[in-house]
Amino acid sequence: MNAAQPLSQPLVDLDTPLLKVNGLTRLYGPDKGCQAVDFELHPGEVLGIVGESGSGKSTLLGLLSGRCVPDRGAVAYRARGGAWVDLYAASEAERRTLLRTEWGFVEQNPRDGLRMGVSAGANIGERLMAQGDRHYGRLRQAGLDWLRQVEIDPARIDDRPTTFSGGMQQRLQIARNLVSGPRLVFMDEPTGGLDVSVQARLLDLLRGLVRELNLAVVIVTHDLAVARLLADRLMVMRRSRVVETGLTDQVLDDPQHAYTQLLVSSVLQP
Amino acid sequence: MTASPTTFDAPGYNFAYLDEQTKRMIRRALLKAVAIPGYQVPFGGREMPLPYGWGTGGMQLTAAILGTDDVLKVIDQGADDTTNAVSIRRFFARTAGVATTTRTPEATVIQTRHRIPETALSNDQILVFQVPIPEPLRFIEPSESETRTMHALGDYGVMHVKLYEDIATFGHIATAYAYPVSVDGRYVMDPSPIPKFDNPKLDMNPALMLFGAGREKRLYAVPPYTRVESLDFEDHPFAVQAWDEHCAVCGSRDSFLDELIVDDAGGKRFVCSDTDYCTQRLSEQETGR
Repeated sequence: MNAAQPLSQPLVDLDTPLLKVNGLTRLYGPDKGCQAVDFELHPGEVLGIVGESGSGKSTLLGLLSGRCVPDRGAVAYRARGGAWVDLYAASEAERRTLLRTEWGFVEQNPRDGLRMGVSAGANIGERLMAQGDRHYGRLRQAGLDWLRQVEIDPARIDDRPTTFSGGMQQRLQIARNLVSGPRLVFMDEPTGGLDVSVQARLLDLLRGLVRELNLAVVIVTHDLAVARLLADRLMVMRRSRVVETGLTDQVLDDPQHAYTQLLVSSVLQP
Repeated sequence: MTASPTTFDAPGYNFAYLDEQTKRMIRRALLKAVAIPGYQVPFGGREMPLPYGWGTGGMQLTAAILGTDDVLKVIDQGADDTTNAVSIRRFFARTAGVATTTRTPEATVIQTRHRIPETALSNDQILVFQVPIPEPLRFIEPSESETRTMHALGDYGVMHVKLYEDIATFGHIATAYAYPVSVDGRYVMDPSPIPKFDNPKLDMNPALMLFGAGREKRLYAVPPYTRVESLDFEDHPFAVQAWDEHCAVCGSRDSFLDELIVDDAGGKRFVCSDTDYCTQRLSEQETGR
């Protein structure tokens, strides 16, 4: 369905970054939180953030998505029209609009990202309804299409997410986020808490969708295998600082920083 | 400040039960509510001598706006003669000494639970609704601070999620009462549990409509001649209830009908829920007009 989509976008888009992050800092205590983070994210690029627990990955993701306010630093986002939006200077209404149109946020626990009390179809349709779609037939069709895309039986469109397995809930959450055609998706450990075979399918699906829809993704994970499979570029965090950054294969195959070396060498080989 | 002299047999109580400071506070909140149609204004709810859920919110509003020469009508589910309606009407007759009536056109203030009278209202009448739950977003978003933000930002996508669920489950919008409306294109409002049959009467109504929720301590208003639209989908437009039967008493075909079980065999009759409307039609038929 999306073969034509990348072509319809002007090619210059790919050369200008989508997200510019400058000296982003939020500290809860000395070296707790994240500090002095700089990077640029281009359209269609997948950035992995890895690091140990408490290294500031989720704080960084919260800052990037405008959920919390930094002590210092700025995030600029290039909106669809081409205008730059200063994330923290924008009004709450603008941030919310961004979050439900051009952005997506996939939570680690699908229960946080889904409305558990309404059907799968309503979950998928919510963003479209929030954008003003008032046609039931179209909403229904979008629900069916997206269930198929994330490999859930479309016959389950009227079932509540509570009756879904963990992996299905996670896929439903992804569908719910992608239905509005976002350009940038934040993911917080999307495969955490799933068993390995389900993880593999989800990763496969994610990789397909990311390439197909030309999504820019910031994905937080502590699983290096996930990072290897999905991310183009990696940022390694430790004690609130970015200690190493580079292309995924480069960072994982030839780690420079002592902590990255430790991280890579501590992966269990079955 | 003392109330204007009047005759009522409740010694020791101020005119219309509430003290003047409380009434002033409620009137200030009412002014704000009228200025921002559909916006829920918090007010300092007082304890009333009847339980929450019996119309304490509506009573406080009525008490605040009642004057000595007002004529009060109280209805409960359209009827003037049910317990709730009778006791509230008697309450104000005793504590304010105001005239009461059951005739809709004669009343200046009408306190109502769950109905809008069938007889068209005029621009010198005030309709006071008793509201159990003023927040239309509550059932989809339980957080109060979040719903307040959603109202502030006009972020009403989730209202349609509820209607979507209805269609997905029942094949049509099954919400039959407390049907959400958009007031003047801005705030989404719960019109209190009136049947959706009454929703079209909210639109461009000449009367001032006030809504009071006693337990929740909120009030809101629809000023006269305000646009009120019921939410719907393009391919599932808003529609009101319709009956195949007509009223067994007055024969009306266009009023809201109550279904009554009249015998042990399950025999049914349908009668107007608005007793005053039904009585008036009957007396007109009898006098042969």
